[in-house]
Amino acid sequence: MTTRWLGAPIKRNEDPRLLVGQGLFVDDVQLPGMLHAVVLRSPHAHARILRIDVRRALEHPDVLLVLTHADLPPSLREPLPKLIPHPDLKHHKTQYTLAPDKVRHVGEPVAFVVATSRYAAEDAAELIEVDYEPLPAVVDLEDAAAGRPALVHEDIGTNVAAHSVQRVGDYEAARARADLVLARRFVVDRGCASPMETRGVVAQWDPRARQLTVWDSTQAPIPIRNGLAALFGLAQKDVRVIAPDVGGGFGPKIMMFYPEEVLVPLAAMRLGRPVKWIEDRREHFVATNHERTQIHHAEIALDREGHILGVRTVFLHDAGAYIPYGLIVPIVAECTLPGPYRIPNYHAEFRAVFTNKTIVSPYRGAGRPHGVFVMERLLDLAARELGMDRAEIRRRNFIQPHEFPYDVGLIYQDNAPLVYDSGNYPAALERALEAVDYPRWPEEKARYRAQGRRVGLGFACYVEGSGIGPYEGCRVTVEPSGKVYVATGVGTQGQGHFTSLAQVVAEALGVDVRDVHVVTGDTGAFGWGTGTFASRAAVVAGSAVHLAAQAVRQKALQVAASLLEASPEDLELADGQVRVRGAPSRSVSLGEVARAANPLRGVIPSEWEGPGLEATRYFAPPRGTFSHGVHAALVEVDPETATLRFLRYVVVHDCGTILNPLILDGQIHGGVAQGIGGSFFERLVYDDSGQLLSGSFMDFHIPTAVEIPEIEVIHQETPSPLNPIGAKGAGEGGVIPVPALVAQAIEDALDDLELEILRMPLHPDALFELIQKATRRGS
Amino acid sequence: MREPLRTVQLEVNGKAYTVTVPVRKTLADVLREDLQLTGTHVGCEQGVCGACTVWLDGEPVRSCLLLAVQAAGHRVTTVEALGTVDRLHPVQEAFWENHGLQCGFCTPGILMTVAAFLREHPAPSRQEIREVLAGHLCRCTGYQNIVRAVEDAARRLQARRT
Repeated sequence: MTTRWLGAPIKRNEDPRLLVGQGLFVDDVQLPGMLHAVVLRSPHAHARILRIDVRRALEHPDVLLVLTHADLPPSLREPLPKLIPHPDLKHHKTQYTLAPDKVRHVGEPVAFVVATSRYAAEDAAELIEVDYEPLPAVVDLEDAAAGRPALVHEDIGTNVAAHSVQRVGDYEAARARADLVLARRFVVDRGCASPMETRGVVAQWDPRARQLTVWDSTQAPIPIRNGLAALFGLAQKDVRVIAPDVGGGFGPKIMMFYPEEVLVPLAAMRLGRPVKWIEDRREHFVATNHERTQIHHAEIALDREGHILGVRTVFLHDAGAYIPYGLIVPIVAECTLPGPYRIPNYHAEFRAVFTNKTIVSPYRGAGRPHGVFVMERLLDLAARELGMDRAEIRRRNFIQPHEFPYDVGLIYQDNAPLVYDSGNYPAALERALEAVDYPRWPEEKARYRAQGRRVGLGFACYVEGSGIGPYEGCRVTVEPSGKVYVATGVGTQGQGHFTSLAQVVAEALGVDVRDVHVVTGDTGAFGWGTGTFASRAAVVAGSAVHLAAQAVRQKALQVAASLLEASPEDLELADGQVRVRGAPSRSVSLGEVARAANPLRGVIPSEWEGPGLEATRYFAPPRGTFSHGVHAALVEVDPETATLRFLRYVVVHDCGTILNPLILDGQIHGGVAQGIGGSFFERLVYDDSGQLLSGSFMDFHIPTAVEIPEIEVIHQETPSPLNPIGAKGAGEGGVIPVPALVAQAIEDALDDLELEILRMPLHPDALFELIQKATRRGS
Repeated sequence: MREPLRTVQLEVNGKAYTVTVPVRKTLADVLREDLQLTGTHVGCEQGVCGACTVWLDGEPVRSCLLLAVQAAGHRVTTVEALGTVDRLHPVQEAFWENHGLQCGFCTPGILMTVAAFLREHPAPSRQEIREVLAGHLCRCTGYQNIVRAVEDAARRLQARRT
């Protein structure tokens, strides 16, 4: 019997070195003669730059280089590349390497200083004099959409970057025949990922080899390599980008480019010495991308039995000062909104709007929490209005298991039709309701109430688009030592690729998972790929790994067959050996097979397709695959302090075939924690002048171990038919339904107040106000 | 203005070092840059996140809030002294076994706090564990497996003692 690696809770290959402090994060890279850089950033949200004087900084004895926009080569004076164009994105304004004549958000880079130490570089940055003429700041999203109080980009005559409409059926007709039409305004406000490691870049230029090496805390090293080669006029082979250990990503560490990703290599090339830039936490809050602000005017039309006839959402999306990443977030929001429900008529329309705030790009969830919040809230309010049970209204509208593949009728973020591949939505809800004993909840709630406690039950359903293309690749090599080396382009930010991808290989080749060494995120090891985002690494790279490992398996059987004088069909792979089935004494080790596959003399049979026990394969999914789940929680509200306590938290999660349940549970726990943080604790608050008021960990409250509850995870496995391993993405499911769930639970806990929670994140003072207002209304 | 420097003796992980450092340089930066002990990470530089936690005379401190010159004459212990890949500390073993880390950036600081905590509290309750962990921010794990790991570490250390 061979060991089964796939699906087993294997502890991680990468942990020992991380546990003893031998990880390699960007800031751990130390090179001889290395210099340190600091970015001088705009203190204004919106201002014209009248004059920059760097003379005093240049006189600082430890300073080697000061760059402003005027010092950049022509290719870097242009706006940085447009990452993801879209036909509806009429004004694809992208950020500058260094601001030319105007700054558009607090934290926008204005100058770059390189010195012998970080301390000296910071001193010198303070010596740069910049004269600004402040302009009115565009902060409020609805004002911004109306062009008030100013234009972020004057040349386009508007703050609206894009207007986009998607329609399924005829919403107006559905509305006309509805028994109930319910409309509300929903607000989701800014948050940010705050990985514990901030961003960082180290660059080294070898002028003799004409080789640029860049260590970058990016989620997408290969696109960064390709982009740097283009900007600096180098061959792609002469640029190596390494994303070593990355201390959390969650979305914002994928951009092309953050200005520092260009400035650090430029400085290294100008000075002929290695340069390091490490973002500090204060910078991180204004210089690393945010997400989430959207205002939805949404409407649902139903018949009196609670069947959805149609939904309409017309929303504003706050893009921040530039929109390099295009329309991904609002498109994902509108495409996630329908969720697990049959919605025959749907009208989704948005405007992406420039404001004088930090740039927006996907952060874990990436529009999904917004869509789910709006949809689940509409259903909750409709159920209340119809006097219907909130679980029942969902049951009546679920897409049924026999209806897959289910075409939602929209175009998704990958420009492919939004077609759900598989799932079982009703079963997931029933599992969750059973876990929290929903049928007995009224009695339970009354029991709490009798003790003077306000406890609510909340649950929310979602569908998570994941595993989109275009492709990933992988090379699997068995060396004569018998060890297996796996190289793939996706980077890792803690998701356990060194283990889960190794499991896929161990399963195919019958070797110990500890003998499988995975290299990720080094363009020198594997140069094709796009990156780790949209919950796609396990699905897309995992499938490429599977295909490459299967190809190596076939080759091992062929080569071993000639060594063992047996037919390949009679052989099996196990314990690092290829052996004759039923005659285990007739065996060769995989290492010997690898040696035989790479002979010094002789002939290589054509069916081996080349030398060595090695194969490279690519996987390009036809479209995304769709995970789904239901979260349910018991939440206690203290009406006096307006604080929350989670008494129970249950997650029913279906992401297809499970590669490693230990790692999967970890992803879910972390996602829920971020969801809870983003629902009640974390807030990015701007004042009217566009200053971020909560830009430190003293003000932006990432929840600690005291606030986050125990999370019970129940797995459901509906494999995806779209890839060879049946996997679906799992990176974002933890975070997606949390705001919707928190809102419903609070309303349930305080049901006598008849609250309507239409805004996220909520926080104690906002909840307190809602409670006060409702109490006054009632008295 | 020239950077004021001072030469100090530091005892780090049982080894004596003589370093000449700017007086304003933090202990975290000196450990990482001058002594190449990069296991200690810097996450916020204001003492909130806890990633930079080391021991000063055996007690957990934030090395981003201490100047290196203040550590002169004290014993400094970093994660590098806790265990090695071949010989993990029981707390490290427990974090491995229970998937108590994901990206691993906050982990060294947490290990230092937990190892010191379990010396004083060999059999903590789950609530006590959550409270001591509240001095650290982790953005990946949701803390649950860290709590499990600390419970497991307490058991491992107990088993060692008996």
